[in-house]
Amino acid sequence: MKFRTFAAFVGPSVFMMIVFIALPLIFVFLQSFQVTQPIREMVEVETCTPGFLTQTCTVEVKSQPVLDENGNVQTETRWVGFESYANVLQMGRVWDAISSGAIAQIGNIDFWKALRFTLTFTLLTLPLVIGLGLAIALAVNNAARSIRGQVIFISLLPFIITPVIGALSIRWLFYGDGIVTAWLEMLFNTDISVAANGWAVEFLMMFYRVWHVAPFAFVIFYAGLQTVNQDTLESAIIDGASRWERLRYVIIPHLMPLIVFIALIHLMDAYRAFEEVVGFSSQAQRITLQWLTYDFLQPDDAGNRSISRASASAMLTMIGIVVILMPLLRKTWRDHRGGH
Amino acid sequence: MTMRTLALAGTMALMGSASYAACAFENETEVKMLSAGFEAWKSVADAMSECGNVQAELDQEFRTKQPSAFAANPSLYHVGGVSNGTITPLLNDGTIRPLDDLVEKYGQNLAPNQLIRMNGQVMAIAMMVNTQHLMYRSDIFEELGLEVPTSYDEMLETAAKIREAGAVDYPIGATMMSGWNVAQEFVNMFQGHGGQFLGDDGMPTINTDAGVQALETMQALTEYMDPEFTISDSTYVQQQFQQGKIAMANLWASRGGAMDNEEESQVVGLVDAAAAPRAMEGGSPATTLWWDGIVIAQNITDEEADAAFRVVMEGMDTEMVQANNDDAIWLIAGYEPNRLAMGAIATATASPPPPSYPSTSEMGLLHTAFGNEIPAFLTGDRGAEETLTAIEEAYVTSAKEAGILD
Repeated sequence: MKFRTFAAFVGPSVFMMIVFIALPLIFVFLQSFQVTQPIREMVEVETCTPGFLTQTCTVEVKSQPVLDENGNVQTETRWVGFESYANVLQMGRVWDAISSGAIAQIGNIDFWKALRFTLTFTLLTLPLVIGLGLAIALAVNNAARSIRGQVIFISLLPFIITPVIGALSIRWLFYGDGIVTAWLEMLFNTDISVAANGWAVEFLMMFYRVWHVAPFAFVIFYAGLQTVNQDTLESAIIDGASRWERLRYVIIPHLMPLIVFIALIHLMDAYRAFEEVVGFSSQAQRITLQWLTYDFLQPDDAGNRSISRASASAMLTMIGIVVILMPLLRKTWRDHRGGH
Repeated sequence: MTMRTLALAGTMALMGSASYAACAFENETEVKMLSAGFEAWKSVADAMSECGNVQAELDQEFRTKQPSAFAANPSLYHVGGVSNGTITPLLNDGTIRPLDDLVEKYGQNLAPNQLIRMNGQVMAIAMMVNTQHLMYRSDIFEELGLEVPTSYDEMLETAAKIREAGAVDYPIGATMMSGWNVAQEFVNMFQGHGGQFLGDDGMPTINTDAGVQALETMQALTEYMDPEFTISDSTYVQQQFQQGKIAMANLWASRGGAMDNEEESQVVGLVDAAAAPRAMEGGSPATTLWWDGIVIAQNITDEEADAAFRVVMEGMDTEMVQANNDDAIWLIAGYEPNRLAMGAIATATASPPPPSYPSTSEMGLLHTAFGNEIPAFLTGDRGAEETLTAIEEAYVTSAKEAGILD
């Protein structure tokens, strides 16, 4: 292809990538080393607010931003180095916990609490998604041709449902007097409070993710299964290979690039888990790194938001994703080079 | 075809704006409002719309939208619905205008306690008060011969009796959802125990006896609550009441109307309200007073502000209150307090009275720190002292980032 043609095809996409991904990333990177604050002054304000029938007035000294002559808030931006990172990581409290021997207390510090859960979540759901996806793909591939369409449609449903709605529907099955909880209570004749138990909530969040993402793995694997070399399979049968041996030595090696692909996508997605926290209202029990960033960005009633800490937290999340992808990327790169 | 559709749309719009009925004047200027979405705001917005050319956006996420929408020039909305918590960013950024001259011109019907003054200037017009107070099942109390508790110690004793009698699933409900709700419970309880949030040097003074007692009272309450209290917000508690699962709760007055809503409540007429319990002897009821009301944007023309204020006065008139009496504890003339309003009135007129929720930047940061750190204590992952230390550290970090502390 001529370079000009190539450039014409790729150009728009490169432009979009720069505007919507590269530039924001650079801004977030810079912001994580900066703090922007309004210039504040302490003022004494008399505030009169209603009681019922009467009014109460209180005088209090409070800090207010200074407005310039156009009525805009004056701000100043300072470079603060790694201060925001330090504020997110809270290493001081981590060392305190370690030196006082209360290692479990690290789990109460937001970032480390989120990291612990995010890693468990990502690494435990990965094999389940791949395993379940492969199992469905094999089952559908071996199903009678006449019902295959219906089976594919039903298997894909969880993937089609909007993520938060999917999470909510599972929440409603289990939380409070949800149907499943009510059944379990009848069966075992006890009181079950799913949302009161951190580990139960954690399990539900993972269950939801596997339920939601396995169909994606299934579609990819099912497509891959159509390209398995039938001659190799037949010769394996003639050689007396069992069903399991055929899977282990013919089909899985053939699907390996797809398994790596699914693993890459899943690791990236699961490490950025967010909707589970919202759907299951798990903030008290379990939070994810992405939710932590969101929480820093949410303004409180007084309009304060921690943009610097949110930027630092976002950069840390990105670094985390790169680290977690490293082994797979290295493997792919080695295989790729070895192939030549 | 297109022309016809357009013409039709035009006619519809005309008809829409011609449908002013109970409004004293015909509004010609476009007026846009952004407010919260609970019942009282719906009633006010409907009454305002009768004047024509009014677009009201009722959105529970208003607090995240309002500061930037009002900072735009021209402002995206003319009228904002706020409370004493959410007025802070608008005051700080100077995006709302003083209303003294408008009040003088059109505010003849306003009661003096509706005028929210900052350093003498009227910055907002309040329409209702709200507070968390004790709601209880009068039928259960009567059946078991129980007195209405006036303190948290009595409330715990009463809860023990209700549990013993097995009258409901859980004797107590509370808005202890992680985040804003549980933070508000702590604010109530901490002030009720006589706590001061900040010292003279601006440093937090949360890790005190009042803090420990507040946390311990909250924990004692959770013993009598649905164990899933970490997802329990106002709507959750309201539904617990409506479905007859709880017997008492310190709940928002604005939720009172829902108890008597025959479409969703199984306890119509059985829920009564009393003053919020005290946390300590001789203290104020452990709650805060809130008001809801309107502000007018700074970045609009004076004509627009004029029209907006007149429309608001129509929306907040006696006629509206008489038609929607039970939606809120209105401050507007013509309001007849009903059975459920008695609790809020008893709370607000208690002696000493509970404080108003303070509208300061510091309070916003503290509230966030409470909401993030307290759940670990209530789920039993961390002790009281450690939690209070963590709150103070979290506050100092965010206050430094916001430029409030050096």
